[in-house]
Amino acid sequence: MTATVTAGPRTADAWRQFAGSGWRERIDVRDFIQANYTPYEGDASFLAGPTDRTRAVWEKVSALFPEERRRGVLDVDAATPSTITSHAPGYIDRDRELIVGLQTDAPLKRAIMPNGGLRMVENGLKAYGYEPDPFVTKVFDTYRKTHNAGVFDAYTPAMRAARKVGIITGLPDAYGRGRIIGDYRRVALYGTDRLTEAKRAERALLDTRPSTADVVRDREELAEQIRALGELAEMAASYGCDVNRPATTAHEAVQWLYLGFLAAVKEQNGAAMSLGRTSTFLDVYLQRDFDEGLLDERRAQELIDDFVIKLRIVRFLRTPEYDALFSGDPTWVTESIGGIGADGRPLVTRTSFRFLRTLYNLGPAPEPNLTVLWSPRLPAGFKEFCAQVSIDTSAVQYESDDLMRPRTGDDTAIACCVSAMAVGKQMQFFGARVNLAKALLYAVNGGRDEMTGDQITPEMPPLTGEYLDYDQLSAAYDRVLDWLAQTYVDALNVIHYMHDKYAYERIEMALHDHPVHRFMACGIAGLSVAVDSLSAVKHAQVKIIRDATGLAVDFHTEGDFPAYGNNDDRADAIAVELVESFMAKVRKHPTYRDAEHTQSVLTITSNVVYGHHTGNTPDGRRAGQPFAPGANPMNGRDQHGVAASALSVAKLPYEAARDGISLTTTITPEGLGHVPEERAGHLVGILDAYMSAGGFHMNVNVLDRAVLEDAMEHPEKYPELTIRVSGYAVNFVRLTREQQLDVISRTFHGSL
Amino acid sequence: MPPTVAPGPVTGRIHSWDLSTGVDGPGTRFVLFTSGCPLRCLYCANPDTWHMRDGRGAAVDEVLAEIDKYRDFLVTAGGGVTLTGGEPLLQPAFTAAVLRRCKEAGLHTALDTSGFLGARATDTLLADTDLVLLDIKSFDVPTYRKLTGGALAPTLNFATRLDGLGKRVWIRYVLVPGWTDDEEAVDGLAGFLSGLACVERVDILPFHKLGAAKYDALGIHFPLRDAPVPDRALVDRVRGQFRERGLMAH
Repeated sequence: MTATVTAGPRTADAWRQFAGSGWRERIDVRDFIQANYTPYEGDASFLAGPTDRTRAVWEKVSALFPEERRRGVLDVDAATPSTITSHAPGYIDRDRELIVGLQTDAPLKRAIMPNGGLRMVENGLKAYGYEPDPFVTKVFDTYRKTHNAGVFDAYTPAMRAARKVGIITGLPDAYGRGRIIGDYRRVALYGTDRLTEAKRAERALLDTRPSTADVVRDREELAEQIRALGELAEMAASYGCDVNRPATTAHEAVQWLYLGFLAAVKEQNGAAMSLGRTSTFLDVYLQRDFDEGLLDERRAQELIDDFVIKLRIVRFLRTPEYDALFSGDPTWVTESIGGIGADGRPLVTRTSFRFLRTLYNLGPAPEPNLTVLWSPRLPAGFKEFCAQVSIDTSAVQYESDDLMRPRTGDDTAIACCVSAMAVGKQMQFFGARVNLAKALLYAVNGGRDEMTGDQITPEMPPLTGEYLDYDQLSAAYDRVLDWLAQTYVDALNVIHYMHDKYAYERIEMALHDHPVHRFMACGIAGLSVAVDSLSAVKHAQVKIIRDATGLAVDFHTEGDFPAYGNNDDRADAIAVELVESFMAKVRKHPTYRDAEHTQSVLTITSNVVYGHHTGNTPDGRRAGQPFAPGANPMNGRDQHGVAASALSVAKLPYEAARDGISLTTTITPEGLGHVPEERAGHLVGILDAYMSAGGFHMNVNVLDRAVLEDAMEHPEKYPELTIRVSGYAVNFVRLTREQQLDVISRTFHGSL
Repeated sequence: MPPTVAPGPVTGRIHSWDLSTGVDGPGTRFVLFTSGCPLRCLYCANPDTWHMRDGRGAAVDEVLAEIDKYRDFLVTAGGGVTLTGGEPLLQPAFTAAVLRRCKEAGLHTALDTSGFLGARATDTLLADTDLVLLDIKSFDVPTYRKLTGGALAPTLNFATRLDGLGKRVWIRYVLVPGWTDDEEAVDGLAGFLSGLACVERVDILPFHKLGAAKYDALGIHFPLRDAPVPDRALVDRVRGQFRERGLMAH
């Protein structure tokens, strides 16, 4: 960011007592935080419980949840395509709310966002008993093309085929791609006037460049960004907030920041609408107000509680199929907490604690997706508190600050589940994932689909012979993965071209620097199934069972083989090689807007659906059975406890999976120790040791299987039961029965 | 000069290994289950470790190679290695060699034993043991014999010896209603332990039946299959009895 900005008189008041200079000259929130934040190295004893006001607001809105759960959606405005300014102000309890602003004019009333795709909107409406609005249909069928329509104009037959059989799945070609984090803090620190001025300066730098396609697109995008900032100010004004100017108090800072985020979730139904890294930024304001005697701890906590209430009720209209894929109704409002600064000071503040405290004040909940950037160097009091929150709520995930900081800096935030990016400086093109287990079956069958028998890849020779030979299989797998990587990256290029064209994230990108660094975030699913299958072929005897057409439809495995998840290099090395090899293949293919290739080992919860679409595999998994989530070892095959399981996953190289490597762990309370008071310390030890070993991510559930079984039978008793599934958390009782059974079938690390 | 263990490759009979947290000594631990046990506790959760012949032969080098894969993890997580079984002191040379090598690797070591074979633990073996997890099954001599098939005295002698050596000791007491909940016996044990400075804590382990499936698999009778598990009040009462004697009890 090179644009220079100037300070007016209102700004001088807003910035009173703040230190530092760089951030005054340019848009640089990180510099502001570094110059002004107060690290907190104590424990959680200072925190305050919920006030009556907080309880009243939360009870009022949560009283609507049962009805929403029953009907799928509480209400929809089917006639008004959502924009930043489309809806009149809405409130939960106008007299009591401290932080205001809703996506529509009423809480939990969903909006339609047809720019991503009209079919998704129409199917979503019909599924919940609403009629699509004829005018909306006409506009988006006739006058205004959608992202979805654009993508299908440009898909090739090969892409369609790969998509249809599910070897490439979850592609954001019918809905908003998400996973872009606007730097919403900028709204509070600078106000939209200043941000607009800076955007104009960025835009002016393009005026002298030749009007190539790239430059023209940049100019148009910057114009849209400037327009969106204006709409944000207009929307904010409807709530009585003047965000043209910077925030002058902590209350305003929380409000301004939220309004920035609100504009984003009014404009985009993105798969993941992450918040960023806001707690320590907000702490600077809260601390100043403390110092000025403007608030006390109760009030500080109230502001955070009220903010979090708003984040908990972000809703999008989606189809039941989409919800089945992703379990419940997730929005991935991910907030990244903690971490260590480049200068070695922990980025933990009192407000880092306050965010976690909301899980007690309001009860456990899956959103916002609270994510702790973990380092063994974090202050002991904070580590202990995080671990205790995990034990009490199972609502926190951990990601390695030490792996991210050297690569994306100390102002990194997580988008969605595990995707790291420097806030306001980097964005990603979300690319879902390919099915590596199915690809292995294609290697056996010469590119014919094992479920349909259709030829999906260009014709390749199928493997012959009665038994699978490791070298032959590896060579064939390599050829299939070459084809898959090419088809995949190519499809993503189509998708993101069209998304930029028809569903551009105007306000989110207005809260990024220009030019922005882009990642092309590919992904792989079915890793443990593919690895164990290869291990079976290598270490045991795998006989092929073919149908009448010669298609391999089943396998008979004789003998034992080492399974991934037991800290056994004989299997784990196959996993490492597979991750590195697919990353290398992906990197061979040019990307739209020269995005940097990355990949994740993450399934979200679609491990269930991917399993559905994949035939019998040589590891003994039956057709249709779920995969393990993310980078997890296959359910039940990790037999030596959480440390062994985690160390296998920690071997996967982050350098070859920069979009994140997800491990979901479930430990019984007893599994963390006989003495309850010692359990948090033990969990801290496990996290320290796992991350020191190079582990990237860990979802921590502390649960008994019996609790989940009871919750399946008596969901009414467990409205708040939250579990981490794969980079995010869900309400257990909102999962489909099949997903619930999948969770229960996973390895519970206990003690005997 | 550190005392040396028997020369030549030492091998033992082991059942399995596992990683556990907070239940086999402090922190996350590599837990080695040796095969073979001289006692036959009625509540035993690991009947598959009773016989040395059911285990597999393993050289100390092999065991240490496995442990080494976890060394950094165990150190960072504030844990170490625990030898349990079966009864590790049924194979004293093997147990001593593993403990020695763990100490050389800088790992915290714990020995989980009934103490019945405490006399077989050399001072050298104990010097390489940072913590003894001493399972005292009962303080009533007839009950001890009925419950385990063995005598109580060797265990108490071992406890006294550990105290003399200044070893750190955690007592493990499995609470089985009708067997080990007798108020007088508990009080006797608490009194005995309160006289031992080496005892840092007493863990009350409520009886459970998670090992029942193993009995089925082995085709042997689980004698306490129908015994009740202790309720909260009973656990609190027994814990309270130890605490009254000034012991740290969990």
